[in-house]
Amino acid sequence: MRSTLKASGLALTAALAASSAFAQDSSLSGDLKIFLDTSNPAPRATMEAMIERFGEMHPDLNIETTVIDREAYKTQIRNFLTADAPDVATWYAANRMRPYVEAGLFEDVSDLWAEPAIAENLASTKSAMTIDGKQWGVPYTYYQWGVYYRKDLYDQFGLTEPATFDEMKSNCQTLLDNGVKCYTIGTKFLWTAGGWFDYLNLRTHGYDFHMEMAAGEVPWTDDRVRQTFANWRELIDMGAYVDNHQNYSWQEALPFMVNGDAAAYLMGNFAVAPLREAGLSDDQLDFYQFPAINPDVALAEDAPTDTFHIPSNATNKDAARAFLRFVVSAEEQSIINNGENLGQLPVNASASIDDDKFLEQGFAMLSSNSPGGVAQFFDRDFPAEMAAEAMQGFQEFMVIPDNLDDILARLEQVRERVYK
Amino acid sequence: MTVTALPDTDPPKRGWYRRNEIAVTPWLFLAPAILFFSVYVIIPIFQSFSISLYDWDGLGEADYIGLGNYAELMNDRAFEVSLWNNLKWLVCYLLAIPAGLFIALFLNQTVTGIRIYKSLFFFPFVLSQVVVGLVFAWFYLPNEGLLSNMLALVGLGPVNVLGDPKLATYGIILAGLWPQTAYCMILYLTGLNAVDPEQVEAARLDGAKGWRMLWYVIIPQLKPATFIAFVVTIIGALRSFDLISIMTNGGPFGQTRVLSFYMFEKALSEYGFRMGYGAAIAVVLFLIMLIFIAYFLWSMYREEKGGH
Repeated sequence: MRSTLKASGLALTAALAASSAFAQDSSLSGDLKIFLDTSNPAPRATMEAMIERFGEMHPDLNIETTVIDREAYKTQIRNFLTADAPDVATWYAANRMRPYVEAGLFEDVSDLWAEPAIAENLASTKSAMTIDGKQWGVPYTYYQWGVYYRKDLYDQFGLTEPATFDEMKSNCQTLLDNGVKCYTIGTKFLWTAGGWFDYLNLRTHGYDFHMEMAAGEVPWTDDRVRQTFANWRELIDMGAYVDNHQNYSWQEALPFMVNGDAAAYLMGNFAVAPLREAGLSDDQLDFYQFPAINPDVALAEDAPTDTFHIPSNATNKDAARAFLRFVVSAEEQSIINNGENLGQLPVNASASIDDDKFLEQGFAMLSSNSPGGVAQFFDRDFPAEMAAEAMQGFQEFMVIPDNLDDILARLEQVRERVYK
Repeated sequence: MTVTALPDTDPPKRGWYRRNEIAVTPWLFLAPAILFFSVYVIIPIFQSFSISLYDWDGLGEADYIGLGNYAELMNDRAFEVSLWNNLKWLVCYLLAIPAGLFIALFLNQTVTGIRIYKSLFFFPFVLSQVVVGLVFAWFYLPNEGLLSNMLALVGLGPVNVLGDPKLATYGIILAGLWPQTAYCMILYLTGLNAVDPEQVEAARLDGAKGWRMLWYVIIPQLKPATFIAFVVTIIGALRSFDLISIMTNGGPFGQTRVLSFYMFEKALSEYGFRMGYGAAIAVVLFLIMLIFIAYFLWSMYREEKGGH
């Protein structure tokens, strides 16, 4: 008798909880455990302030935030998703979330995406959050990739932003003749080379081909892939990249650009902050879209998206859903992505973009000049194992281009195993 | 009728523990060590063996593939490179032993402030490996680094030690030798304290000096120190992980990986999570270590027997 009473009581609370979630009121209670990988000082402060605002709206909710070092998070997530799951966790979109989706560790949040507030405003990132026709989380920020360059150096040598591969090469030749390297890069941690491959491949063969490769449908020894590498080799043989890039991290490659030893950097928008801190003014620093290589191919861009997910083992999923709604709301998106906070692009179409020339250019580029599509990034679009081997091959290719046949044969072996 | 004093057939009651005290007590004292050693060392070894037979990403279902991982290792060039690098580490790292011995001989004298010199020589061993790695990485920097500048003074071009796939491993080993030499030095310094002065005196009367004195009189007496130095150096060479991680991260293009680093990359790093494959590498590393472990155990056993 007692137990039936108890059970019906539980059912009642569950029903209440469900209805309150729909009403989006402030009656959320219990604990909400949030795990963040935003360990750098600025993003950390942004996230903590945002969670505080959420907490003020829900005074009965006891929010517990844990910030984990960004690199350590990448391995710890496997443990905490299975053992001691939080209610909300940060992660990355596209293929990077696939292992957890397939292992059933992320909650299907398609219901959130069906709500008009999200369906109408977040359409641009929906495909990146979709696996098997369902959505597994929400994005909270994304940023453009492109070429950041020293405008003052370009002006000094009479160069303009290139629109074609030929202009890109002739600009580069002028710079080299004047003792300035065209591009800085640090490939010690490999992924920076992945950015170059992404763009060269997207510009040579287009978004659809790139995604076929990511899905493992194109052999690495295919002639079209070789064409991409042949274009890359033209730059390498010119000496376009700084020497000894295999020794540097991406941060250690920044001084070349700050000192004027190199004129440009193919990077994500996060490179702007350290370049500004190093003393480059907005008059010296500018941005252009990676130039077209094959004029018949629609331009496509890399724009990595960072995301929030609800682990399947979460205990307070109603509060977690409310938090996800809150994060993607136009108001919060405007705040957390502005120049004082993350300094990136809001995912909500109704949010306002901060008055920053790089964000404005990036937003314009992604919304109107990227007809081919938007990719995530090499190591998020390709399966982890393929990406790791391939990026190592890219580094080797950039240092010893003659090893290409060997590298491609090796990558083909890996492809056959990874996508079996 | 005489009552013979029969031995008491019913001795005073003694507990089971009291009766077996001598046999049981050592095991009681050993129990915590045995428990933790088996839970954290012995059982994981067998678990590694069994995981190495599966294809498993650590999250989903594990597929039994028999010796598939080992078959793949046979054709894996990155594994081959790691194995050779491990060998380079083992051979080159042993240089720390003679180097440590000579520094110890050099410092084994009574001069004012010798303790300070000894501490200074021992200093690198106190530093964290991470710091050693960073300092050497800066030292090797292709343009700004001290090494390139010093070479420029004598008219030699800049070398990019850590960026050159042929040199990088030796560059890291050299960084590792710095603290390891200090460690061997301290072992030999304590060993030299135990050298019997009478034997040295006797040898001197017989006219031994210089290299002959060292080889026939001093070094035999330093045998225990040499043994320990050998053990710690071999172990140090096989667990050379932090220096590689800090200085090159396994690069350029994987040419400085050793087995432990490769195992970490395959099983636990950002792009890894092939638990079975990582376990197979761990098993190979374990078998290599087993050769040395067996040798150490055997020589310790022989030593103990000789002592009786």
